[in-house]
Amino acid sequence: MSTAAVSQIDEVKSTPWSGGRSPFNVEYGKMMMWFFLLSDAFTFSSLLIAYGALRFSAYAWPSAALVFQSVPGLIEHGAPLVFVGLMTFILIMSSVTMVLAVEAGHRNARKEVIGWMIATVIGGLMFLGCQALEWNHLHSEGFWWSSIPTSPEKLQEFFAIGVPYAAQAASAHQFANLFFTITGFHGFHVFTGVVINIIITVNVLLGTYEKRGSYLMIEKVGLYWHFVDLVWVFVFTFFYLV
Amino acid sequence: MSSHATDAHAEHGEEHESMTKGKIWKVFFILLGITCVEFVIALILVPKGIIPGHIANPLYIVLTLFKAFYIIAYFMHLKFEKTGLIISIVVPVLFIIGLILVLTNESHHWITLRG
Repeated sequence: MSTAAVSQIDEVKSTPWSGGRSPFNVEYGKMMMWFFLLSDAFTFSSLLIAYGALRFSAYAWPSAALVFQSVPGLIEHGAPLVFVGLMTFILIMSSVTMVLAVEAGHRNARKEVIGWMIATVIGGLMFLGCQALEWNHLHSEGFWWSSIPTSPEKLQEFFAIGVPYAAQAASAHQFANLFFTITGFHGFHVFTGVVINIIITVNVLLGTYEKRGSYLMIEKVGLYWHFVDLVWVFVFTFFYLV
Repeated sequence: MSSHATDAHAEHGEEHESMTKGKIWKVFFILLGITCVEFVIALILVPKGIIPGHIANPLYIVLTLFKAFYIIAYFMHLKFEKTGLIISIVVPVLFIIGLILVLTNESHHWITLRG
């Protein structure tokens, strides 16, 4: 009996897709992070596609070069894209420090992980600070949720010459609502990302992952942080460039 | 599929090779470079009329998709995951493309409504 060859049908399957091993070969939490990010991608795309549809069907739209042309506190006019360029650079940079933290985690280099995580948190806070300045600037110009500059002369500053006032008012309202909603939703993600990164950094300092023997948690929060950067890439293109 | 299946240990080793510090900085400079190209287009080429706006916009979108690819593939490490995971993350994105097509079509209709 024991020496008899097992018939093919009774053989224990060992290939990934027949129950032998995990087919995705990732830890549960990491896989769930991926699926959460996928669902979050749907949410952000719904917002951005709605923005696209409204903008595409509008008679005119506030010109990005005219709306975003200041560096708060330094230059009032004539510097389009400079400030948002700085914000983009900060976020890409903090994404890099995050991958470096993940890379250090693979080597179980606790001190390096701490350093890179702190750098990532600082990057996130800098981005949030910049966004607060950007919002404050737009608010001081008269834009807010369902609020636009009250005087027609002021509103004209943001449009190409020759757009009728009614069309300006209609699309400026849409622009203001969409801008604050979408960058606000993104900023909220950055904020939660910073909070999560701080919690993880504290855990690294306490030696939680050292005891666990794996820095996989850094990878999971890293995925979230890169996603925040990924969304910004799209927000940046569709609000500031197009 | 079984030819794809490496044991967990080998997979881990591959992971180490895939994202070295050098590679991370290389991806960073690619992202920075693409962003700089976008700035050159937006600040120099379009205002001077070298590239008209209707060509610049699709160009921005293509460059953005390149950046998205580098972030997802390398920073988020998806390129080095199992094929099954890659497929299960990438294929649902088709729904997003579907929504883009539907709402682009719809917004054509809105233009005439607003007319």
